Amino acid sequence: MLRFLVKKTLLALSTLLAVSVITFGMFFAVPNNPAELMCGDSKNVCSPERIEMIERRMGLDKPIATQYGDFMRGIFVGRTIGSGETARDCPAPCLGFSFRNDEPVSGIVGRTLPVTLSIVFGAAVVWLVLGLSIGMVSALRRGTVFDKVAVGTSLVGASMPILLFGPLLLIGLVYETGLLSYPRYTPITENPLAWASAMILPWFALGFLNSATYARLARAQMLETLSEDFVRTARAKGLPKIKVYGRHALRAAITPIITIAGLDLGAYLGGTVITETVFGFTGLGRTALNAALNLDMPIVMATVLLAAVFVVAANVLVDLLYAVVDPRVRLG
Amino acid sequence: METASTASATSGANPYLRVQDLRVRFRTEDGVVRAVDGISFAVERGRTLGIVGESGSGKSVTSMAVLGLHDPRRTEISGKIQVGGREIVGLADSECRKLRGRDMAMVFQDPLSALHPYYPVGRQIAEAYQVHHRGVGRRTARRRAIEMLDRVGIPQPARRVDEYPHEFSGGMRQRVMIAMALVNDPDLLVADEPTTALDVTVQAQILDLLADLQREFNSAIVLITHDLGVVSQVADDVLVMYAGRAVEHGSVEQVLRRPQHPYTWGLLASVPSLHGDADADLLPIAGNPPSLINLPPGCAFHPRCRWADENGDRSRTEVPELRPVTEAGHLVACHLPEAERQRRYAEEIASVGVAL
Repeated sequence: MLRFLVKKTLLALSTLLAVSVITFGMFFAVPNNPAELMCGDSKNVCSPERIEMIERRMGLDKPIATQYGDFMRGIFVGRTIGSGETARDCPAPCLGFSFRNDEPVSGIVGRTLPVTLSIVFGAAVVWLVLGLSIGMVSALRRGTVFDKVAVGTSLVGASMPILLFGPLLLIGLVYETGLLSYPRYTPITENPLAWASAMILPWFALGFLNSATYARLARAQMLETLSEDFVRTARAKGLPKIKVYGRHALRAAITPIITIAGLDLGAYLGGTVITETVFGFTGLGRTALNAALNLDMPIVMATVLLAAVFVVAANVLVDLLYAVVDPRVRLG
Repeated sequence: METASTASATSGANPYLRVQDLRVRFRTEDGVVRAVDGISFAVERGRTLGIVGESGSGKSVTSMAVLGLHDPRRTEISGKIQVGGREIVGLADSECRKLRGRDMAMVFQDPLSALHPYYPVGRQIAEAYQVHHRGVGRRTARRRAIEMLDRVGIPQPARRVDEYPHEFSGGMRQRVMIAMALVNDPDLLVADEPTTALDVTVQAQILDLLADLQREFNSAIVLITHDLGVVSQVADDVLVMYAGRAVEHGSVEQVLRRPQHPYTWGLLASVPSLHGDADADLLPIAGNPPSLINLPPGCAFHPRCRWADENGDRSRTEVPELRPVTEAGHLVACHLPEAERQRRYAEEIASVGVAL
């Protein structure tokens, strides 16, 4: 088991390394000098000397490999950006300074990450609980009205984009009826109640739409598991239906769902751009999008790396969880 | 197994399992599948009935019906199944499940898929024990599981009780299944092809184990198999099934040494002979098993029977009844007169030689 864990972790770390190199390299493949962009607001004073000064300040005068090395080092132990009189101290984890407004990126991330985390984890609870329970019940009540309605609704949910559903919810619940107030993000540390009430709409929107996938998945897995031999054995032993379905069928049906749910979650943590935009939250996804459009490299680097960390961590966790649930995997 | 009398199970005094005119039909989109079409038999405690037939003959469906494992929404079951005096057909599932695992138990064909892969074997056996013994604690149930593993011949049971099914070999796994089936000392054991997934040497061990356990518990055993060798080794009585119907029924001695149905002749003749000529061709039964949705009219076997035309048109129009022959306890469902059958057998079949 330990070997398993070590192997997976090493693989994860090398993946992250590769991602960082590729993202860094990709940015420099774009034919744009960020120093020019930064000095572009006052054209008349944008002289070559000024550009050079900005480059030195941002540490862009060094060769690319050195820049990469500095960047990676900065994440773990902090570094000094720039040289000479423009040098600035950047404590660990140093993610640089925004090209746009010179704000420390770690601050930006610290501000926007909780928003995304709140949205995703809350919605995940909704979509897992809703989706799995509906799926399981559909499988047990296969062919009945419940099943048909559930499958139909999940088809609608799976095809509807949040781009449409979100505004529909806003119109229906906020603007027209006034049942809910317009969501305004409040950090949980400040006011948990306000935080929760602001989150209701995005949780429901994202959660409901995603639950469709899980309902269908759970239904299919459950149906397949119910036809397995060991379920027949459980019935032959004289077990009551609850135990047959709950203990024997459920546990076997859920394992592939764990994998998908974990990877899904990891991907969503990378940034729920559309949800954030629809509801006006400034989360990681939206920040990343804006930064990409503005060629604001430090923010792009930070968000891409963070997204990669989430995805890779989710992968490792899912593998581990699978080994915990399915003993046949452990000896490998 | 040696038996003193040659009386067949149907004439037994008080059989533990009695099946009368069992019919099982499945409603499907393509039509009604008549999986079992009028089967009757009885098994006493301490005796073994072997049910023989090809795939699709209805053997497994019969065993599942005995345990009440069919889905009532999709299956129509008629007839009578009495286990220890209790009627199973039409019994509510909540009542039936009290008998399942306690009075009657089943051993399935493939233990790797029949055991739950995620739980240790000890837990699965303990569960089978605890569901019928309310109030029994985990430790007691675990001790019982170890006891059963020991009884079925698994070495180091106290250590292996916490292992998972995939950590056992095929034969050991089947022993675990048997341990799980017998944990509550059931009076009826239905074994559905218990040795098909195992190699021959292990097969012999498992059959010996079943025989030993039967002696110890005095249980009635129904052994379903397509292997005549298995039948000859452990069964007291044999029921030959074809297309959901019984074609021959009698003691193992009668059916294997003095068979009177063309299908049984075909089965016996198709067994490769160890004593005969190694270059001789194998003798299959010509044709294929019939569709259970569109059974041939009259005798279900007539399209494949060499002597179907000797009865005029009867084989094509009239379903042969299972009727007793001169030998007590031996029943055959065939339109050919008994004298004819015996003559044919002696001339055409027995001379070829069967190594059983």
